[in-house]
Amino acid sequence: MSLRTPLGRVLGLGSAKEGVEHWWMQRVSAAALVLLTLWFVFSLFWIGALDYDAIQAWIERPANAALLALLVVALMYHSHMGVQVVIEDYVAHKSTKVAALVASQFIHFALGAIGLFAVLRTAFGSAA
Amino acid sequence: MQSQPRSARPLSPHLQIYRWQYTMTLSILHRITGLALSVGLLLFVYWLVAIAGGRESYERALVVFAHPLTRLALVGFSFAFFYHLLNGIRHLVWDTGRALERGPARLTGWIAFLAAVVCTASFWLAVASRAAGGLS
Repeated sequence: MSLRTPLGRVLGLGSAKEGVEHWWMQRVSAAALVLLTLWFVFSLFWIGALDYDAIQAWIERPANAALLALLVVALMYHSHMGVQVVIEDYVAHKSTKVAALVASQFIHFALGAIGLFAVLRTAFGSAA
Repeated sequence: MQSQPRSARPLSPHLQIYRWQYTMTLSILHRITGLALSVGLLLFVYWLVAIAGGRESYERALVVFAHPLTRLALVGFSFAFFYHLLNGIRHLVWDTGRALERGPARLTGWIAFLAAVVCTASFWLAVASRAAGGLS
């Protein structure tokens, strides 16, 4: 006899309530980053000069600003998930682990917000 | 966790028990380069913020990026990037169930590592030749 409710059995999620979400999103963000980082590296190369005018004009173009914003989000998301797994694997002490996980998440969200804001500010040209 | 196991359940042997193989080094290198790149995100965001701050702040940032220590860090980050990228693709291929056998796993490991070295070297050679060409 099973003690699980019919609904629980149908959902098939077990007691952990989630399955491969973390693993899968790590792969999805990895695939996105293959494209986005290669685009970024080759773009910087094609711009050639790294002076202010060249970079600013490059970011001002809508497609570049949008892709750069996507890059920031995908980088922070992927990095957050990767660091999370490393902390979970190597930090044995419970409260240190939780503190490290929260700190990592805060830092990644903060860096993401700052990076996004910087891209938009450059794209909309308010600092020029 | 306590240092004393609560019950006498069998544990898997410690890592040192196994004979070292270079695929193990390549494996841990993926995590190390990943962590390094997470730190490198600070420089990336700093670069974005410097541009957003206008011409003067960006030119101040260029001085920081031209510092020999920053250059050294950038070379390190670029290798970490290329290795993590190539080895990451190797992981994505594994996830489809392919190339998991010993032969292909070793061969692709070598390819990922050597290609990362070649990519890093050619990237900085191209940067240096462009700088020598006067484009900076």
